[in-house]
Amino acid sequence: MSTEEISVEETRHVAHLARLAISDDEATMYARQLSAILTHARDIAALDIASVEPTRHAVAVKNITRADEVVPSLDRSEVLAAAPRAEANMFSVPRILGEG
Amino acid sequence: MKIVDLGAADIATAVRSGALSAREVTEAHLAEISAHDASVSAFLLLLSESALQGADAIDAKRAHGEELGPLAGVPVALKDNMVLRGVETTCGSKILQGWKPPYTATVIERLVSAGAIPIGKTNLDEFAMGSSTENSGYFPTRNPIDPARVPGGSSGGSAAAVAAHFAPLALGSDTGGSIRQPASLCGVVGMKPTYGLVSRYGLIAFASSLDQIGPFARSVGDAAMLLSAIAGHDPLDSTSIAESRFDSAGIHGDVRGLRVGVIAEMTEGISTGVAVVLEAAVQALKEAGASVETVSIPATRFGLSAYYLIAPAEASSNLARFDGVRFGLRVEGADITETYEKTRAAGFGTEVKRRIMLGTYALSAGYYDALYGKAQQVRTLIVNGFAEAYERFDVLISPTSPSVAFSFGDRSDPLSMYMSDVCTIPSNLAGHPAMSVPFGAGEDGLPVGIQVLAPALAERVMFKVALALEQAAIAPSLPIWRKAS
Repeated sequence: MSTEEISVEETRHVAHLARLAISDDEATMYARQLSAILTHARDIAALDIASVEPTRHAVAVKNITRADEVVPSLDRSEVLAAAPRAEANMFSVPRILGEG
Repeated sequence: MKIVDLGAADIATAVRSGALSAREVTEAHLAEISAHDASVSAFLLLLSESALQGADAIDAKRAHGEELGPLAGVPVALKDNMVLRGVETTCGSKILQGWKPPYTATVIERLVSAGAIPIGKTNLDEFAMGSSTENSGYFPTRNPIDPARVPGGSSGGSAAAVAAHFAPLALGSDTGGSIRQPASLCGVVGMKPTYGLVSRYGLIAFASSLDQIGPFARSVGDAAMLLSAIAGHDPLDSTSIAESRFDSAGIHGDVRGLRVGVIAEMTEGISTGVAVVLEAAVQALKEAGASVETVSIPATRFGLSAYYLIAPAEASSNLARFDGVRFGLRVEGADITETYEKTRAAGFGTEVKRRIMLGTYALSAGYYDALYGKAQQVRTLIVNGFAEAYERFDVLISPTSPSVAFSFGDRSDPLSMYMSDVCTIPSNLAGHPAMSVPFGAGEDGLPVGIQVLAPALAERVMFKVALALEQAAIAPSLPIWRKAS
């Protein structure tokens, strides 16, 4: 049974949201595969469990605080050395704002 | 006995007493790797030089009469999603090729301070997403018991390294079964601790509410020993449990009077060979004095669907950091958006993209409540289902994997691959400990592991049952090159 849970067009949109460039062939393939996975997930979509609280985390985590003290951190030159491009002690990226 | 056949506890004892030098031990394992890893491909990177230096440092300490740690001179293989300062860490992905992290994971710091010798970084499915290690961005790893078969995944390199006697111990990470399933398929012990027992600092995140680092070993005792070296609170991981620790001392395999439940839902759809081994395990536990009954936990049926919404959702967020700015690959585009899109398209493999898109979709407006929200409610049902079962049972058991190791290319359809994790996923969703113990042989004589599950922080009772199973298990599987001799 092949159901179209997610269309090729929606797949392209999701890829853009996720900042992934995909080809037309990939969009078709992912639409088919994601539809199969989402069809399987219908078993839980159909459950009538509106009153059940969600579990976001297996361990109850509260705010964790620590003393605000200066401690050594990562070495800046070592961190920048791992970046594809860096200059003047900063990560370097293509222009974000328009010319002006 | 060959050095590479010794377990971790025996090696540490021999190194402390001087019966073996740490250098001899490291050299023996490096020689085994050099002789046989060509047919397994367990390692992405060998740390031969630093391992020998580390071994010499241990031997020098002993010569000076200094006290040696509990893992003195024991080689350990590390899954390549744990960072070691200055050493290339790829996570099995082309997007991180050549990246040298500026810090070291807490688990590795703890291993080294216990005297262990990191011997290499092992292969994995890219970003730990997969159940066969076929999704590695570099090359697949082969099962040392039968190289025509997969080792399982995603920690396939670590499982294979231990099964091949390349190292007596290895670390893996387990988000939905990535330690236990390859342990079962390779015939070794693999264990996922309680969520929060082991620090995740320095583990490259896949699904942060599910990920946990844990041990591989060829014996239950060695796995417990490795866990005690890495467990315990770490201020650098805010989800690490305060005051938590694990002590392996004094754990024994006496299961008389223990109540063991066999999870009914996890016996459906398993292979005949796996079913036979499970039945033998039940008989063995009964003979050892435990009471064994079947228990139904209906919510576990929905674990797979919930997991394949929650884990990709968390992954889509975690993997946003791979954007070509701070580390790894960059493919330049006309503007920043095109740079992101081209970098990620070139750096990520098909399965990683599939999961990022699935997660992005599950979190997107209009689907959040119906998909992600629903999955989190199902997670509650699973937690409650286990809680109910643990009112009547001390531990639960099941097969670890529904089948023995499968052949390469056998599960090219993503959904059929995801089914490999059906028995292991519920423990991750609940945050509970679970482990796989090799017990018998299934189809084609391949290893079958039994999964032992326990409530949060009940690792000691879990290890007890694992020890009892180990005592009744068949002889461990040998790597294929050892079978003829």
